[in-house]
Amino acid sequence: MDFLFITQQTLSATIGVNTIIFALAAIGLNMHFGYTGLLNFGQAGFLAIGAYSVAVPVISFGLPLWVAFLIGIFNSVIFALLLGVPTLRLRADYLAIVTIAAAEIVRQIARSATFNSTLGGSDGITGKFGADFFALNPFKSGLDTPILRFSANDLWVVITGWSLVAFIVFIMWIMVNSPWGRLMRAIREDEDAVRSLGKNVYLYKMQSLIIGGVIGACGGFVYALSRQSVQPDNYGTALTFFAYTVLILGGAARVFSPVIGAMIFWFLIVFIEQILRQGVTNNLIPDWLIGANQVSQIRFMLMGLGLMLLMIYRPQGIFGDKKELALDAKA
Amino acid sequence: MQKHSSGGSDFVSVTTQTPGSTKPDPILIADHITRTFGGLTAVNVAHLEVQRGSITALIGPNGAGKTTFFNLLTGYDSPNSGTWSFNGKALNGIASHKVARLGMVRTFQLTKALYRLTVLENMALGARGQKGESVLTSLFPWVWKAQEREIQQKAISILTNFKLIDKKDDFAAALSGGQRKLLEMARALMVEPEMVMLDEPMAGVNPALKQSLLEHIKELRNQGKTVLFVEHDMDMVHEISDWVIVMSQGEIIAEGTPTSVMKNEQVIEAYLGAHHDLDLSAEGDK
Amino acid sequence: MTRSLNLLGLSLPAVYRSALLFIIAITSPFFLATPAQAETPTKLYGVVTDSEGAAIPGVGISVVGPDGFSANVSTDEQGLWEVPILSKGGFSATINVDDLPEGQALTDPQKSTVKANVFMLGVDLRLLFPIGPGVAKASLLERSAQLTLDGILLGLVIGLAALGLSLIFGTTGLTNFAHGEILTLAGLLTYYLSAIAGLPVLIAAPLAVILGAFISGYLQDRYLWKPLRRRGTGLIAMLVVSIGFAIFLRYFFLFIFGGDTRQLPQYAGQAGLEFGLVNITPKSILTSTIGVFFLIGATLWLLRTRMGKASRAVADNPALASASGIDVQRVIRAVWILGAALASYAGVIVTLNQGVSFLMGQDMLLLIFAAVTLGGLGTANGAIVGSLIIGLFIQLSTLFIPTELKYVGALIVLILILVIRPQGILGKKERIG
Repeated sequence: MDFLFITQQTLSATIGVNTIIFALAAIGLNMHFGYTGLLNFGQAGFLAIGAYSVAVPVISFGLPLWVAFLIGIFNSVIFALLLGVPTLRLRADYLAIVTIAAAEIVRQIARSATFNSTLGGSDGITGKFGADFFALNPFKSGLDTPILRFSANDLWVVITGWSLVAFIVFIMWIMVNSPWGRLMRAIREDEDAVRSLGKNVYLYKMQSLIIGGVIGACGGFVYALSRQSVQPDNYGTALTFFAYTVLILGGAARVFSPVIGAMIFWFLIVFIEQILRQGVTNNLIPDWLIGANQVSQIRFMLMGLGLMLLMIYRPQGIFGDKKELALDAKA
Repeated sequence: MQKHSSGGSDFVSVTTQTPGSTKPDPILIADHITRTFGGLTAVNVAHLEVQRGSITALIGPNGAGKTTFFNLLTGYDSPNSGTWSFNGKALNGIASHKVARLGMVRTFQLTKALYRLTVLENMALGARGQKGESVLTSLFPWVWKAQEREIQQKAISILTNFKLIDKKDDFAAALSGGQRKLLEMARALMVEPEMVMLDEPMAGVNPALKQSLLEHIKELRNQGKTVLFVEHDMDMVHEISDWVIVMSQGEIIAEGTPTSVMKNEQVIEAYLGAHHDLDLSAEGDK
Repeated sequence: MTRSLNLLGLSLPAVYRSALLFIIAITSPFFLATPAQAETPTKLYGVVTDSEGAAIPGVGISVVGPDGFSANVSTDEQGLWEVPILSKGGFSATINVDDLPEGQALTDPQKSTVKANVFMLGVDLRLLFPIGPGVAKASLLERSAQLTLDGILLGLVIGLAALGLSLIFGTTGLTNFAHGEILTLAGLLTYYLSAIAGLPVLIAAPLAVILGAFISGYLQDRYLWKPLRRRGTGLIAMLVVSIGFAIFLRYFFLFIFGGDTRQLPQYAGQAGLEFGLVNITPKSILTSTIGVFFLIGATLWLLRTRMGKASRAVADNPALASASGIDVQRVIRAVWILGAALASYAGVIVTLNQGVSFLMGQDMLLLIFAAVTLGGLGTANGAIVGSLIIGLFIQLSTLFIPTELKYVGALIVLILILVIRPQGILGKKERIG
């Protein structure tokens, strides 16, 4: 068992691109669910919109990347409005189902043959749409140390990505600790009570939806840019579910907890997968039990099981206060 | 029997004690309000007026439609028909939060203290016109910090008045049921309402706290506010109300002073018919 | 819904890093090339497959481009065609529909030509010609009639699954995201009992339903949900637990049975019978008749039997039901078993018609949720009404929109109806205060 390799892979993943993507997705969900109590199960839709908004304007219309970013933010605001109008008046369970439906609509349209000339169909879009971004990369070679390994491009994405995360967390921290943040938490507790105090609850929920959605779209920017590819099936409901896992792991309703949750999440996934993989190649795990290409299946099984155990035994996550439990008895 | 210092009770002598009677200076007027669920008529109020500055009780057996009526008046439910106005302004189709902003604030039968906020946060939430609540200005603390300090001061003074000041940094969930009722009332005051609508403020409150609540309600009237409350506790009704309205099966069957209403045959029958404990020994003056 | 593994994107950092390095390696020459050099090989290509996914060889594709560029190619044994291009610009590819075999046609006859804009060289563009089962050749009336029938049959399958979900929600408040896996399990059991254990399908199917009712109903409530209820776990927490459970089960099925869609050994490719305007297979007639009886039986159970009435009492007000002497936990157990039986039967029907794969549950789940929400969460009639509407909508919408987007149409209808009626068609509004 090559523990040094395992360590290098695991640590690189813990601060790597996927962690950044999931941190952003979960920070957005933290705004929606952690602070406002909106059970938005369509976060994958926001990431998809961010990702396609980065790729399509550059590849199909030859626009510069920074314009694509603006288009991405604009599109996610529009999507949040379209999503909010029917859903914000619904009960929690209905809201969850309708938001899944909305995200699925986005994915189905993205992968459809009908729009494949612009959106790339089920194969998605692969291309140099990130050229402007990588042109700014000061790193000519990557990082190659025993405990961390990144290619030059990845290193650039990681550095800029974490800067973005830090900026967003900072902004959120200010907002959450303001009267606006208090109003969000109150809405999470009981909307009718808040209405009885003269506040327009619908408007504030919409603001929360938009802000969390734009943050999710930023996750989509990173997803698309890091791989210079957008695949529609990466933005299915599983992505939203795992973003929730990250959120719960970190303990919802703390501003930085999604970041920690994402780090723990990817640490565990990569660590377990590395251990399993090495166990199989070194014949520590018999072939008849787990084949080499079944390792990722085991990984997902464990992720599912892990989510269950997390919710049953430690729903407040790593950092949550049991008193401030985001998930309590009332639906 | 004159224990009231404000002018709110003076209307009693000039108002007829019949359902739907007109009041000299009504703050709330309602006409032909109906609400049906399936085939069942929950509310059918022909006419109702509430005198400005008075403490009016809305009583009736369970299922009479009192809370439904409250919900209709404050915009939490839509009637099948009817019009009503507050301070002359029509409230049909006005959303519940706008009704509150117009000055008509309600509390809830099942207390809605915001559990995962502290007592002080609960209070501060009630303040109106907060600059910090706008999403853009929230980003710039220096814009709202000063106002926030003022709001906290006001909250602290009301909390002191309600004897909840020691609990100001506790989560509302840690309060007892009665304290949460007090908190909800205190919070409603932060909104600076003209009319306070209390839905069973005494329910589940221990006797010591009840007295405290009664004093606070009387104080509301002293400040010129109008109070309309739903109650089952007849002693309380008798002690502080200027006027009593009785609902049964969705309709108003009687109106008048507490004493006369208690003696009303229809009222007694409505209660006995619903097996409700009515204080039949009420002598009137205490 | 898609059958592909939509989680491939969450690959190992190591794997995607390698892939990224690989892509960078093979494309690095282009970083060095100046834009004037147009020698980077690029192609337009595609794979022509029929509605079942099988390759169609020998289909002519002609491509025209800027500066008088034109090329004619044919699809090979794998249905693949390629046209190398050397310049940027607007191209268009036209498929020769006469080369398509009998019974296959473009899903949209207007779209025999596909346009492609090449902005950058060095990236191959794949073009798609969607093919369907000779849809364009039937008359509108025939198509409508067939689609209506298909819609009802689909609605029936969804309804069987949705009824169970709605009942479980009604009595326990749980929105069960693992409900789809009940269908998958029943399908896999049917497959195992018939293809592997060798039982005739007519025996394997009912056996699978009974096993499904036991495992997915009795065992699931006894060992997972009842302990959670006793612990006082909140409803949203249980919802998330069900999500984790669904993920676990799905990949467990993948692990055990592999990723392919498996067909049952009998009745898989049964021919349809003509009844006037419509076409229906004998297996569909049998399974849907049984399905209707099953639904009627379930509804009668709810209305007439003691247990059924008790379950409605529990759905309405558990505390009151308990105080009236109803054994609430027993009622919930019964509802789970019934719901699992119904859903298992739905899984059997789907398996009979299109085979079973580990993703079957996930594919159906959103439709089931849509149906239940549309009809009103927690109401039995609502589940059936919603399912029929969704089923009909999905099928009939293909008259107006491309087949691949039929689920989108149904989902949009769901959203629109909830805008007008937030509690669903037959749902009850919540009282405030």
